[in-house]
Amino acid sequence: MKLTRRETLFIGMGAVVAATVPLPALASVEDAVAAFTGGADVGSGGITLSTPEIAENGNTVPVEVSAPGAVSIMLLAAGNPNPDVGTFNFGPLAASQTASTRIRLAGTQDVVAVAKMADGSFVRTANEVKVTIGGCGG
Amino acid sequence: MADGVKPRVKVPKTASAGEAVTIKTLISHQMESGQRKDKEGNTIPRSIINRFVVDFNGQNVIDVTLEPAISTNPYFEFEAIVPESGDFTFTWYDDDGSVYEETKSVEVS
Repeated sequence: MKLTRRETLFIGMGAVVAATVPLPALASVEDAVAAFTGGADVGSGGITLSTPEIAENGNTVPVEVSAPGAVSIMLLAAGNPNPDVGTFNFGPLAASQTASTRIRLAGTQDVVAVAKMADGSFVRTANEVKVTIGGCGG
Repeated sequence: MADGVKPRVKVPKTASAGEAVTIKTLISHQMESGQRKDKEGNTIPRSIINRFVVDFNGQNVIDVTLEPAISTNPYFEFEAIVPESGDFTFTWYDDDGSVYEETKSVEVS
């Protein structure tokens, strides 16, 4: 089979797209969400995730997550080698279902938060964070 | 890994009954992610704090599961209700089995 110049270009572009879109990472985020929810439907709204739009240093990115009425909130970073970031479980003496922490991000990616509500339903939200210098060593 | 691990906690000394107080915690810990390599190219083994629990007079406030994506010197800020005078206990669980504890008293006036 002989490729024309145009076909060669298309194949090249396809390879570039395949290389930039981290498909396995996205799949593992969905796996992690499914493990957290047990396969239940995930709605939206009622959960707020505050992240910086641009993080200069991926080693320490401040995030705050808030979901009134939640019993637990899971944080995920879609583009990290391991998407799990942490899970907050709120006890009876938690005044608000809000927590702040600092996380590592390997590069520009989506940060995902999934909350389990007291009635057993789930909501999720995601924010994109642009990272200037990644934070996973190497 | 128990070198230089020092918990620091900020809790108000007094509160009114039922008041929501903001608590800030930080513990110095390198949180080695298990992703980094040393000069010879060997992977540095993971060594992190994997769990952080806060209780007030035995009742749970927050229980956090930490993964390697939590930054060095893990910092947490959250709010707790103070129903009566008592003690907040903060407990960090290290991968190597060490447990770091800190206690802060709150007086209800």
